Amino acid sequence: MRTPCKLASALLLFPAAVLQAGEWRGYVSGEWLGFLEDPAYADQHRSYLSLAAEPEYFHEWHDGSDLFTFKPYALLDQYDAERTHADIRELSWDHAAYNWELRAGISKVFWGVTESVHLVDIINQTDQVVNLDGEDKLGQPMLKLSLIRDWGVVDLFLLPGFRERTFPGKEGRPRFAIPIDADSVRYESAAEEWHTDAAVRWSDSIGEFDIGIAHFYGTSREPRFLVEPGAVNPATGSIDHLTPYYEIINQTSIDLQAIYGSWLWKLEAITRSGQGDRVNAAAGGFEYTFVGVNASQLDIGVIGEYLYDSRGDELEPGKALSGQPFSLSPFQKDLVLGTRFTLNDVNGSELLASVILDLEGGGQSYNIEASRRIGNDWKLSLEARGVSNAPADSTLASFEHDARLRMELARYF
Amino acid sequence: MKHILPLLVLLLPCGLTMAATLEEQGLEIAKEADRRDTGFDNYTSDVKMILRNKQGQESIREIRSRTLEVAGDGDKSMTIFDAPGDVKGTALLSFTHKEGPDDQWLYLPALKRVKRIASDNKSGPFMGSEFAYEDIASQEVEKYTYRFLRDDVYDGMDVFVYERYPVDKKSGYTRQVVWLDKEHYKQRKIEFYDRKDVLLKTLVFNDYHQYLDQYWRAHDMFMENHQTGKSTRLIQTNFQFHAGLTDRDFDKNSLKRAR
Repeated sequence: MRTPCKLASALLLFPAAVLQAGEWRGYVSGEWLGFLEDPAYADQHRSYLSLAAEPEYFHEWHDGSDLFTFKPYALLDQYDAERTHADIRELSWDHAAYNWELRAGISKVFWGVTESVHLVDIINQTDQVVNLDGEDKLGQPMLKLSLIRDWGVVDLFLLPGFRERTFPGKEGRPRFAIPIDADSVRYESAAEEWHTDAAVRWSDSIGEFDIGIAHFYGTSREPRFLVEPGAVNPATGSIDHLTPYYEIINQTSIDLQAIYGSWLWKLEAITRSGQGDRVNAAAGGFEYTFVGVNASQLDIGVIGEYLYDSRGDELEPGKALSGQPFSLSPFQKDLVLGTRFTLNDVNGSELLASVILDLEGGGQSYNIEASRRIGNDWKLSLEARGVSNAPADSTLASFEHDARLRMELARYF
Repeated sequence: MKHILPLLVLLLPCGLTMAATLEEQGLEIAKEADRRDTGFDNYTSDVKMILRNKQGQESIREIRSRTLEVAGDGDKSMTIFDAPGDVKGTALLSFTHKEGPDDQWLYLPALKRVKRIASDNKSGPFMGSEFAYEDIASQEVEKYTYRFLRDDVYDGMDVFVYERYPVDKKSGYTRQVVWLDKEHYKQRKIEFYDRKDVLLKTLVFNDYHQYLDQYWRAHDMFMENHQTGKSTRLIQTNFQFHAGLTDRDFDKNSLKRAR
């Protein structure tokens, strides 16, 4: 009798405790996205303005062993109705005991070590309309139990409910040549977005090594695509839109990192079944840092990563029109070279420049990101991206005319 | 020449004994200082850094610090950043080791990502301040070799003056000169010499308070860079000894829960 009573009173007291003295933090930001060329597709524009906000409320009690977090997010885009969206990034309760932790609610989890792609990071869906780097994620409902042992940490996940990937709308830029219609979604499972997914991960730090091995069963975060009969214009035979198709997959992954002085060695690998042929993909490489170059405070990092993906670029008109699902995976055999400048100055100035070289199909994509603080509470970020020499039939070719500059000014509070 | 060699052989042990004595003396002082600061188990504190450039412009850093003493090895520490705004919620977990490189993990709250940090960056500035990572890391006896210089008087106090030489080749310093008061073995001043053996920085400790009738902590540390004209004042307040911290407050899970 005592436990249910305690539980009931805890539930009653929960909101009161939470609403006591918590703390707000977060940011509000304005973004300008400008393109160097006229748009390749109708309805697109040369310049986009947007506003975003991500406040976070949190409250800790019991000496920090209980934590309540609420983090909403909203983005308002000048043109793209699909990019304008709101989300609950986090709404969760965390409880930490000595050898276990529990998290219940909407939250975000990151797995992985590499810089250019995030292959093993599968718990949260990518919020692709925010930025193409794949680092913005939608909140995922979860029940997560972590068992903390001498031989590592085991995380057990129960993931009720699935979030669909966001895609730019017709007016969005950059976007794929054929717009992906986020409203016409197909699932393999009859439960559709209510399929309960599960995952388990073991991770540990052993000397120079950080290692994680995981298995995921459930709805693939990364969809394949379909051309539904209704999407083909009967007169011209052109495809009006693509339909994301979410299948049930099993994915096993490993992420491994080793540190030797200024060297960081990284590896991520996945093997996945459930989307046609078995998918194998890996990303591996290094980051070497020259510390205090020329007796200055400047650190220069050199990044090299090799990407392998067994999937092809499968957008062949014949195959697409046959109604078979296909994947749009740009990385088959690619080499990523990058350099990171960390000034270690009072403004926290940083610059990262990288190029992805497609070793098989040809084509390169470029990326430069720089940021610095202004005063104590503002941060300015600049970004330039573009592709060149993309083969006409490749996924990359869709973005050929999308060389762009992005400027973001954020106010933190 | 024939006559000099036996003379040298005779003198050699003398010279060795002298050198060993100064080095042993230096080491003994460092060990005693360490012994007097042993047994605190754990503590927390709030840190404010005031960074000032040559033109006098100031910028503020605020962090919360947690430290756990580890028997037989270096301390563990967790540092949570509160200001400036863009790094609010970022947290740094460090395991210092008596021997070999320290382990460090940085938690980036926006990505929920824990990043391992290359251990060679110890000479780099901490949050753009004049304090290098190695200046704020736990000062283990084994991280240096020592040489006693002299007895002296500093600010009206009897002090030992000794040099210490970083064992790690990746250190930004060739040597440091330490002024340590004889009464409580508290550090009063440290001069840092860069890799070219030129005076780089001076750190002065002020406003010492004693905790649990044993442990002395400077509430005010002032680091001046003589080569750039920049300075950082590090003000530490709100010390809580025996704050009930355990190993579990210094792992990657707790790093991810840091707010």
